[in-house]
Amino acid sequence: MTTKDTTITFSRRAFMRTSSLAGGGLIIGFNLFQACKPKAAAPIDLASLNYNDFNAFIKIADNGAVTIFSPNPEIGQGVKTSMPMIIAEELDVAWSNVHVEQGILDTHNYTRQVAGGSQSIRFGWEPLRQTGATARQMLVNAAAARWGVDPSECTTNEGVITNAAGESLGYGEVVKEAAAMEVPDNVKLKAIKDFKIIGKDAANVDIDEIITGKPLFGSDYKTPGMVYASVMRPPAFGQKLESFDDTETRSVPGVIDVLKFGEKIAVLANDTWTAMKAKELLKATWKADTTLESTEDHDTILLGLLDGNKFETLRADGNVKKAFAEADKILERTYESPFLPHNCLEPMNFYADVTEEKVHLAGPIQTPERTAMMIAEMLDRDMNQVHLEMTRMGGGFGRRLYGDFAMEAAEISNLARKPIKVIFSREDDMADGIYRPAIKYRIKAAIKDGKVTGYHLKEAAINSNMYGLIPNFFPAGAIENYQVDVAKYNSNITTGAWRAPYTNFLAFAEQSFFDELAETLETDKVQLRLDLLQNVKGSKDDRIQYSPERMEKVIKMAVDKSGWGKQPEGVFQGFVNYYCHNSHVAEVANVVVEDGTPVVKKITCVVDCGIVVNPLGAMNQAEGGVIDGVGHAMFGDFAFKDGEPQAKNFDKYRLIRMSEAPEVDVHFMKNEFSPTGLGEPTLPPAGGAIANAMKAATGKRLYKQPFTKYPELMSVPQKEIIG
Amino acid sequence: MPTYQFKVNGESRTVDVSEDMPLLWVLRDHLDLAGTKYGCGIALCGSCTVHLDGIAVRSCALTMSMVEGKSITTIEGLSKDGSHPVQEAWKEIDVPQCGYCQAGQIMTASAFLEKNPNPNAEEIKEAMDGNICRCASYSRIFKAVELASTKMA
Ligand code: FES
Ligand code: FES
Repeated sequence: MTTKDTTITFSRRAFMRTSSLAGGGLIIGFNLFQACKPKAAAPIDLASLNYNDFNAFIKIADNGAVTIFSPNPEIGQGVKTSMPMIIAEELDVAWSNVHVEQGILDTHNYTRQVAGGSQSIRFGWEPLRQTGATARQMLVNAAAARWGVDPSECTTNEGVITNAAGESLGYGEVVKEAAAMEVPDNVKLKAIKDFKIIGKDAANVDIDEIITGKPLFGSDYKTPGMVYASVMRPPAFGQKLESFDDTETRSVPGVIDVLKFGEKIAVLANDTWTAMKAKELLKATWKADTTLESTEDHDTILLGLLDGNKFETLRADGNVKKAFAEADKILERTYESPFLPHNCLEPMNFYADVTEEKVHLAGPIQTPERTAMMIAEMLDRDMNQVHLEMTRMGGGFGRRLYGDFAMEAAEISNLARKPIKVIFSREDDMADGIYRPAIKYRIKAAIKDGKVTGYHLKEAAINSNMYGLIPNFFPAGAIENYQVDVAKYNSNITTGAWRAPYTNFLAFAEQSFFDELAETLETDKVQLRLDLLQNVKGSKDDRIQYSPERMEKVIKMAVDKSGWGKQPEGVFQGFVNYYCHNSHVAEVANVVVEDGTPVVKKITCVVDCGIVVNPLGAMNQAEGGVIDGVGHAMFGDFAFKDGEPQAKNFDKYRLIRMSEAPEVDVHFMKNEFSPTGLGEPTLPPAGGAIANAMKAATGKRLYKQPFTKYPELMSVPQKEIIG
Repeated sequence: MPTYQFKVNGESRTVDVSEDMPLLWVLRDHLDLAGTKYGCGIALCGSCTVHLDGIAVRSCALTMSMVEGKSITTIEGLSKDGSHPVQEAWKEIDVPQCGYCQAGQIMTASAFLEKNPNPNAEEIKEAMDGNICRCASYSRIFKAVELASTKMA
């Protein structure tokens, strides 16, 4: 495809093409994610494009039925439903007449999609609306031409075009003519108040398949002749394979082959169980190649970094040094988090069939384009030989951004020259992960004359530090002297993105700190936050990411909805407000004491994520994010000893269960801002909200996660209960 | 390899598999019933829940000798067309996020409600506590079980 690296303003012609279908009907092809990138490279030679060059389609049949082929990887955030809803809204058809399908099945070219960072809807909003509106306009133009009237005299409603004389034509009746029309530019979008689909509840488009157990997931993918591969990888990070004996493995009936690749050994068998079981029978010896690290080492190293002076400064306002030198009072606290595995409930897996002619890949992946490219490079193949088919994903949480398991599948299939599927056991999935890195924060505030005059945040992390924009989140801009410093330690333990990277723990640290700061200042906890926000209003600093006005509204609504400060005796509350992934959130946790232990009963959560496309799906996301945040703050512990993870299955790694999940009361702010992230932003505030509520209940403050590791801090002294 | 005979979703099946192979993998790999999911293999997540003579069991922890001659129901056989009251409740509440755990949740809930058609909140939580939902769609699972109980009662 010819592409040119130019920034384009929105031109439909650059990414849409229409044609009539042989069997009748109209098909509109467009490049969704290409169009979604804010500075997308546009295909310039439209005439040379064929339908394999597009990754998304709207099909309108002669009978008016609409099919939207959604190209989007579905990891559980509901975009396979919400993105087509946006198209259908502007197309002006009834949602009940729209059928959504996964859109890449008949193209042998890979496509460009990514799911992650809560950004699908944010980047998709404008292009999806434009796409639907353009298609609608073409149909209107076709009808107007037939009637010999001006298109501006026509209106549409639920797939029917009506002219001033009251004559009507269904979309299906004009698709043939529409297919021959020019793609119009500058179409008019609906006024937000006229939305009929956006903002209304729509059920998950795959609901029937899910509740009847249809094979939707990567782990269900199967082709004739496919064999299963279970892979033995070094048990500890830092180890290398020295030698192995596979005699016993090969003697297991059903085992097809044993292959060494890199530092790993693959056992190929006729079914999953045989492959997994026979792998356990491999006798491998491993030797340390680099340091075998333990959690205690990391603790010492990270605390050492915080005590040291080798930092990179990401943002510095005013003069923190001076503020601390002149302070009446200084508050300094350190917060500590462990590594975390993702534990998608569907363990990692991928299918590959590498032959002389082609590379066919299939499975659950959040980054299909990058993965296909890496595999083409690894196998030294041309990109047009590589075909990647996406399946539904049994959770992502960041883990499926990485294509390591797909690379393994391709490598093994290339060696075996068989269609294979790599299947991770839960133990493989947990022990061969790409973890949320362990991070420690030290926060220090200067107080002078009852005001916060300085704020200094230091981060010490494994492998990588917070990325560019985070230092511009709250309270950046609210405190005159403000500095964010980061330092890292390079470990051989693999780390990466985990639902709401960095903020998933940073929110706990900062929001616990504000709580304690309010106590030190002897001021109201919510008022302290509102006061700080006042300082940001009217700020000319365009690096600031959050809106103080939107944040203030969210805080006030959370106060109202949670009954903040108006709880009956015995209910203790904790407050958090936070901005991340372009959304503003406030959460209030209610804790009661049962048998001397604080128990989280309820979390009120107020979210401003702009327009909510599908409230039914959004609510599920928001509730899930809160409970996920509670669960990991309470229970998520993942330690290493001599490079080896100490938990490998759910016997040692605790995930939150129904009886431990608090009631979640979600409220969405109603406004007309474009939609922003929702898959992630409700998670980070949860840990801080419950820690602050627990402090209110027990008088003890939690500085380290997971909380259940510190039972002495999770208890109320007996006499207080009796008294 | 030994052969085993049992009923799956009303049909009589014979399989020829190694004696230590859990029912889960027989269903998924040998009978192409992939609705039953693998999550842990050690009976702790509930993804693999099926009914054995009407009782909810973890198919990852059942060997074929325990299944021989018995009757198994999987998510594919719970109803012909997704019309079991629990499935209908799941649909009405729009429970799933990623959806991976849901077959197991539905199988646990349907066996539970068969025995206790009028459960209270505590009983629902206790019955469903063995089923992990990593996406934490617990509020909706709870509501759907409540709703299903009104449909079944
Ligand atoms: S796979 Fe059987 S309980 Fe987890
Ligand atoms: S819906 Fe994803 S694990 Fe339950």
